[in-house]
Formats: sequence, structure tokens, C-alpha cells
Amino acid sequence: MGRFAPLLPELILSIGGTILMLVAAFTGRRGSGLTSWLSVALLIAATFALMGAPSHAGPVFDGLIAADLFASFGKAIMFPAAAIAIIAAHGWFEHDHEHSSEYAVLIVFSAVGMSVMVSATSLVSLYVGLELQSLAAYVLASYRRSDERSAEAGLKYFVLGALASGILLYGISLLYGFTGTMNFTGLASAFGRGAPSLGLLFGLVFLLAGLAFKASVVPFHMWTPDVYEGAPTPVTAFFASAPKVAAVLLATRVCIEALGPATEAWRQIVIFAALASIFLGAVGAFGQTNIKRLLAYSSINNVGFALIGLAAAGPQGASSVLFYMAVYIVMTLGAFLCVLWMRRPDGEPVETIASLSGLSQTRPAFAAAIAIFMFSLAGIPPLFGFWPKLLVFNAAVASGYVALAVAGIVGTVVGAYYYLKIVKVMYMDDPVEPFERAREPIQGFLILLAAVIVSPLGYLLIGPLGALTDRAAGALF
Amino acid sequence: MIGLAHYLTVAAILFTIGVLGIFLNRRNVILMLMAIELILLAVNINLVAFSAYLGDLTGQVLAMFVLTVAAAEAAIGLAILVIFFRRRGSIAVDDATRMHG
Repeated sequence: MGRFAPLLPELILSIGGTILMLVAAFTGRRGSGLTSWLSVALLIAATFALMGAPSHAGPVFDGLIAADLFASFGKAIMFPAAAIAIIAAHGWFEHDHEHSSEYAVLIVFSAVGMSVMVSATSLVSLYVGLELQSLAAYVLASYRRSDERSAEAGLKYFVLGALASGILLYGISLLYGFTGTMNFTGLASAFGRGAPSLGLLFGLVFLLAGLAFKASVVPFHMWTPDVYEGAPTPVTAFFASAPKVAAVLLATRVCIEALGPATEAWRQIVIFAALASIFLGAVGAFGQTNIKRLLAYSSINNVGFALIGLAAAGPQGASSVLFYMAVYIVMTLGAFLCVLWMRRPDGEPVETIASLSGLSQTRPAFAAAIAIFMFSLAGIPPLFGFWPKLLVFNAAVASGYVALAVAGIVGTVVGAYYYLKIVKVMYMDDPVEPFERAREPIQGFLILLAAVIVSPLGYLLIGPLGALTDRAAGALF
Repeated sequence: MIGLAHYLTVAAILFTIGVLGIFLNRRNVILMLMAIELILLAVNINLVAFSAYLGDLTGQVLAMFVLTVAAAEAAIGLAILVIFFRRRGSIAVDDATRMHG
């Protein structure tokens, strides 16, 4: 057992997930409630299992995986997010009579993939983790079989995702061929031997392109709006939260641990991707009428800000990326839980922005919650979403990239327009027919909790969370 | 004598054909799945060639993983394609346009 102790969270999830798949196969649709709650329990157990050995064991399995604080930090925010994605589906699928137990099991397997991604210290484990996460995600995107849009979303996600994996793999093969190793430390020492050769540069670009796709970073973002719109809303909430964090954290580890000596080579790419994501995410959201599409552009925009922290490199930059993703995941899940609450009286989900019109008069508390999440995603000062943006700009300025920080601030202002538009529709426009709210007390509690965290009360978290991200980022250096 | 460069050239050509197959093909999603297989096989040629050249086994181990994942990917891709076909009655790429923007 001692040798496997650092892998305890992954073991709990993979063994538990396999057993749950059998339970799901034998109980069919009747067991959907049971498997959902058991999966939530598994994810919570895996979160608690992060304490102790898994958080400081260092490299295990001959350097394939590192159980360090960086990985544990990622898992500690991704596992609860995955559990919330399961809770969010409660009541949503039931209405369609198509909720089968596989939904929760697929999320558990995806969580295993993500946890391998954030702890990978070798190109082999990187690829295997990424594929485990993606294969579960393709199925989840097309989960609503009766809905044309869901099937189309699954198909688009699958084709483009497989292409991205192929590009990533080609990059891996080039890096392997020109360095003779798949280990991140081995790669770092190969890059440290002077200016990288053309083959290495090609490998680096292909690898980063594949990772950019998984994190939906411009110019590899084109699948995001379509998939987010077409996938069932609980699945969209999942895509926007945990897998995105996993991809950003994986990119951070690859850039710093494996490609650290070649910082000058990848920094230009990351800066371009960050600025392009911020501006395209802001501009693309302008004409949208579907709130899921709008949140898709918002997630592209937000990943751009996290990448500014990565471009700053150094411990401060890595720490700001972790802080950003931790706050982002709360804001995004809160916003999506609100979207899940919107139903027509006949129980059909509502997705248009126009249906929010005059919400402040029909449902003031709900409107206030949405307004808090929108202001926070925009990064407007009294709310907590402002602080991580300040941290990434600070990190950029500290490494001498003042122009980058200024461009990021301009991007924040441009992006604020469409977040404010939603608030304007809710508070200034005439009320339309009010919609039914979902009778889900747990989801209501989660919305409240997320709203409290992103409200100015969240500033109480800056001390402990900042200390934790600093220590977690320190594990990379 | 066939050397490393020959293998890399073949793999690069196959990879390019695969990528072009995804972007230029407007008719049929099954052709896209074949193009994806082509990309993965090109990578495998690369990995095995490098592995033999370097005298290091890691590349061949990854090639095994790639083969396994490619099989799983094809299964999932075809399953999604079947769902899509049942809804739309067509597998033309141009028909995947319910959402755009």
C-alpha cells in the first residue's frame, strides 16, 4: 500500500468508478439517483484523500507522475467542481426521461483523467490523462440523444478534439525524437543545452497548439461556442469549469517544468494567445442571444487573463494562474447553476438572454445572484473577480511586461460591455413572463455559496488562498 | 539504405494528408474519422522510428498507448456518428449546421 499511497485519490476514483459502472449496468434507469449520489461521495472522498501522502510525495512511478502540492491544489478545486456538475444534473435530465446512470460515471472517469493531467510529469502520462478526460467529454457532449444540437455538438467536439490530439501527439513525437526522453526534467535539461533546434521548436509549437485546443484558447477556440450551446447545460457547466482548469494547469506545468529553459521561445506564443483570447472572447460575445454561447465566449476571455499570468513565468506568475483558476471556477459554476434554474412553466429550459428581461422585478434575489456573477466575471472592483485579475496584471508588470498588462486592462473594459448588458436587461427592461424556478434546494444553496464567495466577503479568503497558491506554485520551481 | 529521414518524411506526408483530409473534405464524416486514423498512424511511424534510432523503448510504449486510444476513439466517434445520423438522416459535413457563429 505504501507505494500506492500517493495515488490514493486516483485509485479511489478509478476503482469506485468501475464498480459504479457495473451498478449502473445492472440497475439501469432506476439506479440513476443512487449512482449520482455515490459518485458525488466518491469525488468528496477523493478530495479528502488529497491530504497526507498525496500532497508531498514528489515524483512517483519512475517520474511518470508527481504527487506534489501543485497537483493537489488542482485536484482540490477540480473534484468538487466535478461533483457540482453531477449535482447540477439532478432534476435537469429527469424532466427529459433520459437520465441514465452513466452520466455520473462518465464525469468520475473524466475526473480521473484530469487528475492524471495535472500530476503528469512525462509526455506519456500527459497524453493518457488528456485522452481519458477527452473521451469521456465527447460522450458527455452528445449525451442528450433526443436533441439534434447535442448530437451535433458531440460530433464537432469529437472531430476537432481528435485532430487536436493528433497535433499534440505529433509534437510529442518530435520532442521525443530530438531529446531522446519523455520526462519533463529530461526535456528541461535538453532545452537547457543552448538554442533549441528547429525540430524542437516545431515539437514545442505543436504541443502547445494541442494544449491550447483543450483549454479553448484562441486560435483554437472555434469549437467552444457550438459545443457549449449544443451540449446539455449541466455538461456545459462541467466543460467550462474542471477540464478547463486541468488544461490550464497542465499547460503551466509543461511550460515551466519541461520547457522552462526555453521560456523565450514559448512566451511569445502565450502572449499572443492570451491577448487574442481576451479580445476575441470579448468581441465575439457582442451579438449573442443565447446565454450559453455568451458564457462560452466569457470562458475564452477568462482563460486569456490566466495566460497573462503564465506569460509572466516565474513563481509569482504561476501562483497568480492558480489563484485565477480557483476564483474562475466558482464564478463560472455559479453562473451556470443560475442558467440551470431558468425553466419555462412547462419545465422546458430557457437559454435566451431576452427571457431575463425585467428579472429584477419578478425574481429580485435570483437577479441579484446573476448580477453578482456577471460583475465578478467582468472583474469590477468590489467583487472578488477583480482580485485575480489584479494578481495576473501585477505578475506581468513584475516581470517587465507593462504593455501586456495595459492591453489586458483595456481588454477587461471591452469585455465588461456584454456582462453589463445582461445586468441592464435584468434591471432596466420591462418584465416578460416570469419563468418557473427549479425546485432544487441543494442547487439553490450552491448558488448562494458561490455568490457569497465572489461577493466582497471573498476578500477574507485572500490570505489563506494566496499562501496556498504560493506554496503550490513553489512546487514547480 | 532506408534511414531515419525516410521514415520521418513518410510520417510527415501522412500527417499532412490527414490534416488536409479533415479540412478539405466537405462530404462525409466517415472520411474525417479515416483522416484522424491517418494522423495517429503517422505519429506512430514517427515514434517507432525515433525509438529504434535512439535505442530507447519509451517511444514504442507510447505507440502502444496511441494504438489503444485510437481504437477507443474510433468506437466513440462511430457511436456519436450513429446518434447524429439518427437525428439528421445524413452524415454530410455540410449538414452539421444547426448552430453557427
